[in-house]
Amino acid sequence: MKKTGAQIVLQSLQIEGVKAVFGYPGGAVINLYDELPNYELKHYLVRHEQAAVHAADGYARATGEVGVALVTSGPGATNTVTGLATAYMDSIPVVVFTGQVPTALIGNDAFQEADIVGITRPCTKHNYLVKDVRELPRIIKEAFHIARSGRPGPVLIDLPKDVLVDTTIFEYPESVSLRGYSPTYEGHPGQLRKAVRALLKAKRPVFYVGGGAILSNAAGVITELAVRLQIPVTTTLMGLGAFPETHALSLGMLGMHGTYRANMAVTESDVLVAIGARFDDRVTGRIDEFAPDAKIIHIDIDPTSISKNVKVHIPIVGDVHDVMNKMMVAVNEMSEEAHEFAASHDEWLARIAKWKEMHKLDYIQEEVIKPQYVVEKICELTRGQQPIISTEVGQNQMWAAQFYEYTKPRTWLSSGGLGTMGYGFPAALGAQVAFPDRLVIDIAGDGSIQMNIQELATAVQYRLPVKIIILNNGYLGMVRQWQELFFQKHYSATEMSAVPDFVKLAEAYGAVGLRATRPQEVESTLKKAFSINKPVLVDFVVAGEENVYPMVPAGQPISKMLLV
Amino acid sequence: MRHIIGVLVENKFGVLSRISGLFSGRGFNIESLTVAETDDPAISRMTIVTLGDDQIVEQITKQLNKLINVIKVIDFTDTDHVTRGLMLVKVSVEGSKRLEVLKLIEVFRARVIDMAAKSAIIEITGNEMKLKAFLDVLAPYGIKEINSTGIVAMNREVKARNRYKT
Ligand SMILES: Cc1ncc(C[n+]2csc(CCOP(=O)(O)OP(=O)(O)O)c2C)c(N)n1
Repeated sequence: MKKTGAQIVLQSLQIEGVKAVFGYPGGAVINLYDELPNYELKHYLVRHEQAAVHAADGYARATGEVGVALVTSGPGATNTVTGLATAYMDSIPVVVFTGQVPTALIGNDAFQEADIVGITRPCTKHNYLVKDVRELPRIIKEAFHIARSGRPGPVLIDLPKDVLVDTTIFEYPESVSLRGYSPTYEGHPGQLRKAVRALLKAKRPVFYVGGGAILSNAAGVITELAVRLQIPVTTTLMGLGAFPETHALSLGMLGMHGTYRANMAVTESDVLVAIGARFDDRVTGRIDEFAPDAKIIHIDIDPTSISKNVKVHIPIVGDVHDVMNKMMVAVNEMSEEAHEFAASHDEWLARIAKWKEMHKLDYIQEEVIKPQYVVEKICELTRGQQPIISTEVGQNQMWAAQFYEYTKPRTWLSSGGLGTMGYGFPAALGAQVAFPDRLVIDIAGDGSIQMNIQELATAVQYRLPVKIIILNNGYLGMVRQWQELFFQKHYSATEMSAVPDFVKLAEAYGAVGLRATRPQEVESTLKKAFSINKPVLVDFVVAGEENVYPMVPAGQPISKMLLV
Repeated sequence: MRHIIGVLVENKFGVLSRISGLFSGRGFNIESLTVAETDDPAISRMTIVTLGDDQIVEQITKQLNKLINVIKVIDFTDTDHVTRGLMLVKVSVEGSKRLEVLKLIEVFRARVIDMAAKSAIIEITGNEMKLKAFLDVLAPYGIKEINSTGIVAMNREVKARNRYKT
């Protein structure tokens, strides 16, 4: 029996194991929406297409599966660009379906036409315009394969209206054949041996772990190896959760707002093992003074990441999980050397311990609520529960990174590469859809939350009990901090003098709104928020001009930090 | 440094713009780009001439390889290869110049493909050096228009070190 394009799309999604679709309808995809109730897919109607992609992205980060979004043509499609770019920069597997005008009208400036394949070419891993219904099953199969394999990323499929209506015999391909695409999963054995040898000669080794470790589910083996060899571990913003921050070997995060000990340890290391990390400029600071004495071993599935920013001495292209497993095997085979090695850098660990004592992440408690205090309290109150924390962008993001102790992968969702304000809330919704019973918290700024605040309606409609914790400083805080430090306190366009009453706003949407203005209220307010099984928005009125420290001024080496 | 890069791609909609977009999006330079179907209609071959130091060219080749529709990337620079380009030149041939130009054409093994009262269109193929030399000698006569294909390249079968090169 023949099926329509719309039926083929939905059936293919079912075959791919998709359970949730985040979307927004329109004329170009109305046929698809018409079929939707006949399939075992739960569709979540968001209030803005950008949020559909962020939600799919949050779902993907929290689960490790492919997130799916569905939107209409023209403005629906263009609204997805920020979501796609966000997922692209952080290598998140997402498949986005966009509607398109009928093939006969493409290129004619038809109503609600946009060349979305052209627009999104630089911010997708790959994209497709489907011109014939018969191509549809193959393209969907390929799209999911491309999104989740190799270095993951977003894939867009543009669906002209007539393709959704046309019919063909449906046969979903078993496998894909893409001549030019075959990611390297297994690290080169020779390089691996070289790396292990170099590592076991190190006096001051450091593991520098990035988001790739989480994407390839390598946190377990990395932790095992680090503990076995007694190697201190620092993670990037994207790598938070890949190594338990409660562990004595944890250095915390490195980079622009990294810990003193992490930045010093990297600077003084003699062997630096970069694991699924890409030497982003927010991490390295001034490049010629980044780990100047270190032999750098770089493990990454994407060859373009290697030697792009820093010169790498031992590159290993491969899946981080596979490579680290093999390293573990090699180390086990050399158990004696490994044992000696682990014992031989006590001095190094002692030095790190001293750095840790010298400059702890800290803040000065005052009469007003300090944002760091709120994050600390969240950490304290949820210990053992492993909530999923998402963030917006700015100071809130950095405090959420610094003052919460992440112990498990996929519990931290944050827009690292693109730094997208408005990401956190919809991403939290996506994570909550995946894990209805877990506590999901969006740590937000008063600026960022207003970028996708309309999703409160989505949260209420689908009873997604996400907790939004606004660290309300009345400023676009992170920009204000730069203005304070580097532009003589010239607060140009960073003061928000008109801010909605967030409590009333939450209530207007049918969610719960809470507010706290004094430090004494923080704990009880958080407890209350966490105990309500509904979407809750908490407005914490915090110190207006608090800064994130340590801070490495742009263009400086990471060892030159401004401390509290 | 100048590099000639060959790219074998799937002959699919949008591939050319993916590749040119990669260059412009990352601030890489394209000096010339040629593309045409191969004997296999599912595959096209591109020849891209680009400028950049070793690190940039390494990034270019890696990034090209990363594109889903790219099958193979070859940097010809370090291999024994031949290059050719086709150029059409419209040159002024008024009065006595006409004979002189015709002589030159013979020396360069070029061909006249259109002759009018005041100008001629000449076709020439060769490597870049030859094309450039031809333009240099024609220049004094008054070049009116040039159109060139850019360079295509191919590896030699036998890698004879002392072989005569053209
Ligand atoms: C979409 C978007 N626009 C602009 C920026 C630039 N930007 C980075 S941080 C920031 C301030 C964020 O303010 P807020 O959300 O209130 O958080 P705070 O820094 O105060 O915690 C801005 C405007 C951005 N990252 N994303």
